[in-house]
Amino acid sequence: MKKYAYFPGCSLEKMALSYHKSSLETTKALGVELEELDDWNCCGATTYFHLDEILANTLVARNLAIAEKEGLDFVAPCSACYKNAYFTNTYMKEDEDLAEHINFALEADDLQLEGNMTVHHLIDIFANEIGADGIKEKVSVPLEGLRIAPYYGCQIVRPRKNGEEVEAPEFFEEILTALGAEAVDYTNKTRCCGGSLLLTNRKAALDMIRILLYDAVQSGTDVIATACPLCQVNLEAYQTQVNEEFGTDFSVPVLYFTQLVGLALGIAPKKLGIGMELVSTLPVLSQFIAKEAR
Amino acid sequence: MADTITFSQEISNLMYAAHGSPLNNCIQCGTCSGTCPAVEFMDQTPRRLIGMINADLKEDVLDANTSWVCASCYHCTVRCPAKIDIAGAMYAVKRYSIWNKTYSDDLVGPVFSETFMKTIVRSGRSYEPILAPTYIFGFGAKEFFQEVQGATKMMLKGRIPVLPSKIKRLKNFQSMIKHIIPMGEEE
Repeated sequence: MKKYAYFPGCSLEKMALSYHKSSLETTKALGVELEELDDWNCCGATTYFHLDEILANTLVARNLAIAEKEGLDFVAPCSACYKNAYFTNTYMKEDEDLAEHINFALEADDLQLEGNMTVHHLIDIFANEIGADGIKEKVSVPLEGLRIAPYYGCQIVRPRKNGEEVEAPEFFEEILTALGAEAVDYTNKTRCCGGSLLLTNRKAALDMIRILLYDAVQSGTDVIATACPLCQVNLEAYQTQVNEEFGTDFSVPVLYFTQLVGLALGIAPKKLGIGMELVSTLPVLSQFIAKEAR
Repeated sequence: MADTITFSQEISNLMYAAHGSPLNNCIQCGTCSGTCPAVEFMDQTPRRLIGMINADLKEDVLDANTSWVCASCYHCTVRCPAKIDIAGAMYAVKRYSIWNKTYSDDLVGPVFSETFMKTIVRSGRSYEPILAPTYIFGFGAKEFFQEVQGATKMMLKGRIPVLPSKIKRLKNFQSMIKHIIPMGEEE
């Protein structure tokens, strides 16, 4: 069983608790162990970098250093956490001067970082470590007939990490197809959901969310799958406000991809945090859930 | 004036060395503006803003809301044919405007960032409810009501933390931050 240092990030403590639960349940079922990082701190999301770059990298480095001490590779389920961790890890190797500054600061917590581990987004573990075939083998409740829109969002694919496909990635679709579901093909799967603009420039963010919802729904989506807590909240919790603002009537469920994987693996919905969403998933998921578990 | 540093150099200095090509490699093609999902909410498009930085039009650059409307989605960065990290440049402009307090009062972004930062320094973790006052009072009555309604629904589903969490080695963590940025004592 391959083991990773798991950095849940602040959102998964409460707002995206269902993502946390379903990540742990599904990886366990697929033979991967996620060991939560001891005493991790907030990585600063997209916001620290507004203030100071060295400090932002230092905060990220502390989490990486804790993982490095354990000798484990690093995995983050949140796209912003992942992007931060990936780049700080890379800069530590590329820039001696930055590394010296950061290691000087890390001494305050008896830590050091070389930056020799690999940093993954959680979906990368499913797509490339376990792989679509590995998932397919374990599927006991195929999600036949369910039309799922894979929403990549921004920071899993951008900035480019290692020469990978950034304009038309396909790995999310492969996971969904392995579950027996149909992956919806729509134009805006990597368009930004607005991120924290929801709080700082609401008008812009609501419009960005509207465009995504419209595209997904027009393309015949039953449920949108996300791999980031901020995308999930923006697309789901703000549907009411988009409707009020633009006179639309969106009511499309938005789940974490791990929740959908879990259902197909036959894991009880409650263990996957299904039921915590604001737009009910029951109408589209009930056929895959045993009556007594609803 | 060999010893004065231009505005465009100052902005470049605020970008970490590993970021893409220098800003003055910009060929003004407009791929960034055509790509940006938030461009229609910006006073100046990303292409114009970079042109303005390169022309040292400091006041105009700082008057524009452009960098604060950027959601850091990096779509422009991956498409730029001159390989400039445009989203990174937006961060550099944000840093400049925070450090020099040149941002305009009607922007929520800078205050939000500073509050976010203070929360982390205090506890090591982010805590959503503490951030609400930075933006919610700028809302109109309708938006305020919608936001409260939304938060209530989330709370009923158990998705809003009641208390902020704190890391265990907070003293070490704060000392680590002071190694980078010297700060006064907490009030």
